[in-house]
Amino acid sequence: MNTTAIELTHLRKAFGPLQALDDVSLTVPEGQIWGLLGHNGAGKTTLMKHLLGLLVPTGGEVRVLGRSPTGSDARALRREVGYLPETVAFYPELTGREILKYFARLKDVAPSQCERMLADVELTDAADRRARTYSNGMRQRLGLAQAMLGHPRLLLLDEPTAGLDPIATQRFYRKVKQLAGEGVSILLSSHILAGVERHVDRVAILGSGKLLAAGTLGELRARVRLPVVIRVRLSGAISEWPAVAGEEGRAAKRIGDGEFEFRVPEQGKLYLLQQLTARDDVVDLSVMPPTLDDVYAHYCGVSEQAPTASAEGAEQ
Amino acid sequence: MSVVRTIAIKEFRDGLRNRWVVAITIVFALLAIGIAYFGPAASGTVGFASLATTVVSLASLAVFLIPLIALMLAYDSIVGERELGTLLLVLSYPISRRQLIVGKFFGHGAIMAVSTVVGFGAAGLLIAGLTRQLANPEFWGAFGLFIVSATLLGLVFVGIAYLISVSVSEKSKAAGIALVVWFGFVIVFDLALLGVLVVTRGAVGDVGRTIFPYLLLLNPTDMFRAANLIGFSTVRSYVGLANSVNGGVLSPVVLIGGLLVWIVVPLWLAVRRFRRQEM
Repeated sequence: MNTTAIELTHLRKAFGPLQALDDVSLTVPEGQIWGLLGHNGAGKTTLMKHLLGLLVPTGGEVRVLGRSPTGSDARALRREVGYLPETVAFYPELTGREILKYFARLKDVAPSQCERMLADVELTDAADRRARTYSNGMRQRLGLAQAMLGHPRLLLLDEPTAGLDPIATQRFYRKVKQLAGEGVSILLSSHILAGVERHVDRVAILGSGKLLAAGTLGELRARVRLPVVIRVRLSGAISEWPAVAGEEGRAAKRIGDGEFEFRVPEQGKLYLLQQLTARDDVVDLSVMPPTLDDVYAHYCGVSEQAPTASAEGAEQ
Repeated sequence: MSVVRTIAIKEFRDGLRNRWVVAITIVFALLAIGIAYFGPAASGTVGFASLATTVVSLASLAVFLIPLIALMLAYDSIVGERELGTLLLVLSYPISRRQLIVGKFFGHGAIMAVSTVVGFGAAGLLIAGLTRQLANPEFWGAFGLFIVSATLLGLVFVGIAYLISVSVSEKSKAAGIALVVWFGFVIVFDLALLGVLVVTRGAVGDVGRTIFPYLLLLNPTDMFRAANLIGFSTVRSYVGLANSVNGGVLSPVVLIGGLLVWIVVPLWLAVRRFRRQEM
């Protein structure tokens, strides 16, 4: 098992004057879950299409499971890859079961596998309804089912949780984790960051066709040196931070009556916490390490603001 | 090969499901019976007339209808899936683009073939029964040739429909082009040919006569028409077209072969063009 799931070397793709992918080099080892993040139009879908051989690079090289997706054994390679396109569509006049069976035959997979897949995505009850009556979420789930046909070694999921409700999203990530546990490599793209970080091993951030960063969230955090945010609530509706003697004149920002916020570098965190917990007027205290949102915002050049509500939500 | 079969079966089932097969079959059967019965109305009588009249009038109407039906059936087979979004998904599967087009061709071809054979065949049985020709080999020879050539003509235009379908990115555009192509083959080409004929005959005497049969090979609908005319010596006299066929250049074998070439070439071009496309 020495092969890498995905290996891009100086991948370049131009559509006319537009550089859709600009010198992207990325190595994804087998058995990991990667999040491919970026704005709409950052190049996520274009990148996935290269992995499927649907697009031919303008420059550079693409290797998937050690092989070229546009080479002579591309078809054999595609048997080992599962793909969920963004906003997946199906034949409206066919039922869910018929669709899945059709795709199973195209992939030379026993049709008996379909029933288990349908159960897996909880579509058994709707399996005999025409796809035209499906909701977005159901279509997405059918899309996942077809991507998982034939036990692929690599799953490419383009915005897999778009249109899924929170329960279905959780269920989906549980399935992803289970598949990863079985050794499946997974690349999932998303422009919604909240929640993704808990489910992926590593992230790659794309912006305007360039690979801005790649690695574990911890690595990226360390690299960008974003401050840890510490919020403190004091007893009483005080509007100014009452500095205690010996405490360094740290910038405490008032964010509400009796509520203050500190931004400290990672290495200064413990010292400040010791000082804060030593005080007897501190009622409540929370520590927020930089989230994926913050890291992402940093890389995408968005000005650094206080963590947003969604970032807090993701951290709890 | 099983992938091609899977795709073909899906297309054929789609054809059954959306009633294409039934609709085309009924249209063909009604057309054949109607023409056989009302065909001689021009000469003042109604009722089943001679075999030659029946087949010739049938062929001259089918030549308009079959290409139109085949184009309508297949013009959106690739561009429709492209618009829907399923093409992207299908092409991420372990199939080649040639397999996709060939599979679809077998499916749509089967729809055309089954409709033609069942529709015209049933009509033929009825006509033969009513005119007491069930055991007449001449009737079945002529009608058989008609059915075979009609099927081939349908397949030609399914192939042409694919070539249109892979070449454009919008369904509506494909529909428009399909209509223009139909118009060109069944009407404009013949008019142009007639014009050329008139001009060259006036200017260079016999040249038109020797080139003319070969010019027919450029148009599958003319080949179909010719194939169904040359069988009848009685017809040749009053159909101007048959005159040029008389020279012996165009035998049924040549015409059927020509139709086969007209099936393969657009299909091959469609595959070639489709292969080079990025999704």
